[in-house]
Amino acid sequence: MRKGPGKITGEALRHVFAKPATISYPAGELVIDKNYRGRINFDASKCIGCKLCVRDCPANAITIDNLGTKEEKKMQLTLNYAHCIFCCQCVDSCNKDAISFEPNIELAGTSRKDMIVKL
Amino acid sequence: MAKNLVIPIGPQHPSLKEPACFTITLEGEKVVNAVVGTGYNHRGLEKACEARTFIQDLYIIERVCGICSHIHSTTFCQAVEELAGVEITRRAAYIRTIMAELERLHSHLLWLGIAGHEVGFDTLLMYSWRDRELVLDVLAALGGNRVNYGINTIGGVRRDVTPELIEQIRKVADIVEERNKYYIQLALSETTLAARLGGIGKLSHDDAIKFGAVGPVSRAAEVPDDIRVTDPYAAYDEVPVTAITDNHADVFGRTVVRVLEIMESVKMIRFCLDNLPEGDIVTKVPRKIPEGEVLIRTEAPRGEDAHYVRSNGTDKPDRVRVRAASEANWHGMKHMLEGDYLADVPIIIAAIDPCYSCTDRAIILDNHDTGEQSVTDWRSLREYSINWYKVRGIDTSKIKIAYSPLIF
Ligand code: SF4
Ligand code: SF4
Repeated sequence: MRKGPGKITGEALRHVFAKPATISYPAGELVIDKNYRGRINFDASKCIGCKLCVRDCPANAITIDNLGTKEEKKMQLTLNYAHCIFCCQCVDSCNKDAISFEPNIELAGTSRKDMIVKL
Repeated sequence: MAKNLVIPIGPQHPSLKEPACFTITLEGEKVVNAVVGTGYNHRGLEKACEARTFIQDLYIIERVCGICSHIHSTTFCQAVEELAGVEITRRAAYIRTIMAELERLHSHLLWLGIAGHEVGFDTLLMYSWRDRELVLDVLAALGGNRVNYGINTIGGVRRDVTPELIEQIRKVADIVEERNKYYIQLALSETTLAARLGGIGKLSHDDAIKFGAVGPVSRAAEVPDDIRVTDPYAAYDEVPVTAITDNHADVFGRTVVRVLEIMESVKMIRFCLDNLPEGDIVTKVPRKIPEGEVLIRTEAPRGEDAHYVRSNGTDKPDRVRVRAASEANWHGMKHMLEGDYLADVPIIIAAIDPCYSCTDRAIILDNHDTGEQSVTDWRSLREYSINWYKVRGIDTSKIKIAYSPLIF
């Protein structure tokens, strides 16, 4: 490349005819990696109520309750999505594989109350 | 003689989208004095760490910086592992290194764009940020998020690299290398860029040492200071690293160092992928960390990052101290700004690739006349602002602010 001003002109002109690098969203389809940390899922039948997830959650976003009896457990996970930072430490901390995540990031709500979900 | 003019730049959006105030005294158009005022965004992260367990702290530490999140969590993990006397597996060390170099790629590409933007070369901003997006995609696939990758855990890493991911990383490395060759050519041959960046924000070899500058700022002044070379961590004892230096000692030199470092990072990523050892990715570390204190240094994209961690034998740290790279680079800023033109101030500030909130601490106000000191907490600051608006006829006290029970 010879020294001088305007060196990027050629490249810039080429891009006038190039396909856009951006994706169309929300009109188009959202392409997201399957490993992306998003929505948290809970399998109550696997949970033993050890509360390791509650202890390790950095955002204090999880509460675990037993709605059943000691013998017949009916576990419920209450998640405050407004506090959750999607670190998935809860997924790692649970030894029983009761918590999992999926790459779903379309979780916005309009009220703080809606962000508290019972799983 | 005309009186000198004092211009406050900031605290809203001074060159970068973070708060800081630069009080610039001008003689004509020349800067004769500069006062760097940071401290607008103190988040109390160190204190927050002391109130939580080591595992929870991982995610706080990762949020010290939005650009070099991985290096902060690596430094913290290394500190805790050292205290616990645990050595991570080689595979984990290699994965941490791959992440760190990918992070350097995205950070330097981001900086290149910002530098272009600051000098009115927005075409460069568009191109380099487009390329950075590829790196962010691969970081997200590897870690699980674009910014806070969350790949580190105490004792290793949380996710393994699969053969498909290796292919994806290789592809991105090839594209970035190809595009970066063009940027290097551009930086070296586009005369407007060289004329705009050359000779401004000077920090000579001796001054870089005197002010304790780190990273590309010191390396652009021929100080071969790179922790990956001088004090290797993770897999840098096996990965060949060349510390890139330059002799321009100005903003142009810092640009050259960063674009050449992108090439080095690509080489290192390829080396790690070619020589990735087999084995586990995580070693078990007890929740309670033995008593002791440790200081760990790593090389962030902006320079040396240092973390001090003290444990008292419980599952929570007794003290955490974070010395982000930008904190070291602020000290030379006054010197870099003085003598240059006002129009060059934004790019000189941006050239150290500063992070404001990473470096912000509580501000203590010193009264020069009485010697009194005062610290204002969040609540009294809010009260002050409500009163400030009230006397001007605006009542802001009705605005509800959600208090997090964790902080207040
Ligand atoms: S860690 Fe797993 S098993 Fe234990 S309480 Fe949480 S979800 Fe249930
Ligand atoms: S993803 Fe992280 S923040 Fe969210 S609930 Fe799980 S541990 Fe807590």
